[in-house]
Amino acid sequence: MVKGVQFRNHRIVGDILELAERYCEEGADELVFYDITASPDGRSVDRSWVTAVARVLDIPFCVAGGIRSLGDAEEVLNKGADKISVNSPALEQPELIDALAKRFGSQCVVLGVDSRAEEDGYSVFQYTGDPDKTTAASRRTTDWVREAQDRGAGEVVLNCMNQDGVRQGYDIEQLRAIRAVASVPLIASGGAGNMPHFRAVFDEASVDGALAASVFHSAEIEIGELKRFLVAAGIEVRPAERAA
Amino acid sequence: MTAAKVAIVDSGGANIASLRFALQRLGIDAELTADADTIAAAQRVLLPGVGAARDSMQRLEQLGLVELLRELTQPVLGICLGMQLLAEASEEDDVECLGVIPTTARKLPASSECPVPNMGWCRTAHECSEPLLDGIDSGSYFYYLHSYALPVGDYTVATARHEHEFSAVVRYRNFYAAQFHPERSSAAGARLLRNFAGETA
Repeated sequence: MVKGVQFRNHRIVGDILELAERYCEEGADELVFYDITASPDGRSVDRSWVTAVARVLDIPFCVAGGIRSLGDAEEVLNKGADKISVNSPALEQPELIDALAKRFGSQCVVLGVDSRAEEDGYSVFQYTGDPDKTTAASRRTTDWVREAQDRGAGEVVLNCMNQDGVRQGYDIEQLRAIRAVASVPLIASGGAGNMPHFRAVFDEASVDGALAASVFHSAEIEIGELKRFLVAAGIEVRPAERAA
Repeated sequence: MTAAKVAIVDSGGANIASLRFALQRLGIDAELTADADTIAAAQRVLLPGVGAARDSMQRLEQLGLVELLRELTQPVLGICLGMQLLAEASEEDDVECLGVIPTTARKLPASSECPVPNMGWCRTAHECSEPLLDGIDSGSYFYYLHSYALPVGDYTVATARHEHEFSAVVRYRNFYAAQFHPERSSAAGARLLRNFAGETA
């Protein structure tokens, strides 16, 4: 289970740290921090917060947003991230994936994909952090996922845009289609609204993880409770209780 | 007794920070170093590793640490790629490694059920009693991030399952190694690091 945190401004580091510790305590299995405005603005990112977060977390920690070069990735990893996630910059420059995988290993390199159903299949979108700049990337999602994993991406986070923020459940149909071509771990994103949605995405789309932000952020779903629900439904997850 | 002095070998992997932070949280006195004398004098030696086996071996050779690491007599803990570096060789680029543990790191076989890399929390089982695993229940979850692993052998003290069973924790003389990342494995990982540092609660 992955918790996404929308992150825009270093002035709120205190809040971020508090959230990070809370999710860690509740039993989240990973935290992903998104600087969603980094790519559309074409700016580099103030990354002092990465270290602050890494110091308090004892679960995996992925940073997404604005990583355009080996240097960007190295900085984020040196500051304490375990993985880096690339989305728009990889679409601009697919060789970036090869370079990152070669330098840091595939297990560090996550491909974020924003995708939605079009009339003729699933298509990739770019610069989705800013509604005015969001554009279709003229790539089929299945083709892009295949290409990216051939280039060395070690994990795919598929954000299903039709579902994002509407809380009607994950896009099972799309996730199944991508699962069929993904040989690396696939994380579902977009659409979680209640606990049965999580059960459905694991049962019906065979994803390796499920990411959600708003339902955890608003405390509508408590992670420990969700995990107990999933265990009771026969889905293998790490128990939330902090044993040992 | 004061905190054990732990030397973290600066093997050049990019994310050694998370390991340093974990030791800080636990109050374990640790120093990141590539200095042979500091490593030789440390009470405990941690060999982390992220990235590719060949790059890491080249770096250890450039630093002149290969012989020293092989001959360490204090407790040593290899983590993730650091575990694989303790083997004789790795299938990753067919690289010769430190040759401490008599085995070869093998590529994990991929299947639709078990994608590679193996990235996630895996149940980790151990049957024998081993000081490094004191206070950790067999079946606890640890966080893994790897494409290669050591096969199960006489040196194996804990196992995890991907497509096949592989070594999660090994011990060979004074050399321990874990395939998972204790620094990112919540309370169970913290306990293992404390056990290694000789600071069991």
